[in-house]
Amino acid sequence: MAERLRADLVLEYPFTRTTGPVIGAFLTGLREGIILGIRRPDETVLCPPTEYDPESSVPLTDLVEVGPGGELMSWTWVDPPRAQSPWDQPHGLGLIRLDGADTPMVHGLLVDGPDQLSVGMRVTARWRPEREGHIADLEGFVPEGADQ
Amino acid sequence: MSADPSISPAALSGEVSLPEKLADVEPVRSVRTPIRLEYDFIPGSASSGYLNAFADRKILGQQSPVDGAVFVPPRGVDPRHGAATPDYVELPDTGHVGGFCVTRLPIPGRDDLEIPYVSAWIHLDGADIGFLGLVAGIDTSEVRMGMRVRAVWKPDDELGRTAENILYWEPTGEPDIPVTAAGTNAWHAKQAAAGEPG
Repeated sequence: MAERLRADLVLEYPFTRTTGPVIGAFLTGLREGIILGIRRPDETVLCPPTEYDPESSVPLTDLVEVGPGGELMSWTWVDPPRAQSPWDQPHGLGLIRLDGADTPMVHGLLVDGPDQLSVGMRVTARWRPEREGHIADLEGFVPEGADQ
Repeated sequence: MSADPSISPAALSGEVSLPEKLADVEPVRSVRTPIRLEYDFIPGSASSGYLNAFADRKILGQQSPVDGAVFVPPRGVDPRHGAATPDYVELPDTGHVGGFCVTRLPIPGRDDLEIPYVSAWIHLDGADIGFLGLVAGIDTSEVRMGMRVRAVWKPDDELGRTAENILYWEPTGEPDIPVTAAGTNAWHAKQAAAGEPG
């Protein structure tokens, strides 16, 4: 029998998507260094924002600033990051409920090790100096009071 | 609350209210979302037999034990019946174009493809399904369903265990197969002749 065959296969699509008004506003905010949520009819705020209310389907249009500080609701530690990760160092991934928002968003937690993370801790956004309107404009979240 | 299907997608009209800070900045309208999946591909036995045969300039299919239909590339099963297809059949490197597409825009990552190019379903003589290949050696406007083609192989010293051995398919110059008998139409005609639903 012949030797076993093996090949590297890469499936890659360089998509560019149009954002629509709500995600576009969220990304515009990131480029300008602020985080936006969107207000629901019951006055609670979704962050990240969605175009429609997830329960009633009514269109949502009232974008409001939230954060940059928030509370860590849950987290996991990633070591090592995968090749396609936005982060090249071991890091946390957390659900962060930003101040003024009622739902948590997922983002990276930039600390040296998992012993520096705990549910309920305060974290705050760290921005990249050069931003273009992309979720990666937010480099991640760091413990409040840490060097940002 | 439950979803109300009567609500129109008014949010898509673009009427949103923004914090003052964002009133005068250029809005973001698009975003890069590339995806990339890296596979470590290890073919199974049917595909391995197919790929190994390519090194000898041979194209292998497999035959259904149920009705004799020939599949290429072979996958080890007749998917219609869930029947194993252990028997390989050697196919010639001639056939016809069952269907085709002229691509006039470059594809990222495929700089080797000079546009415009033609990708086509190649139905080999003796096979009952088509497989994909490039058609060249003819003006793109001349390609047609039913056109007879033959494989253009890499030089012998460049052959590997890969379908890339076939550079492209070129016209043989033989008379076309009637469209009604080309591509999957051939299979349907065969089934009709046998008195079975296609």
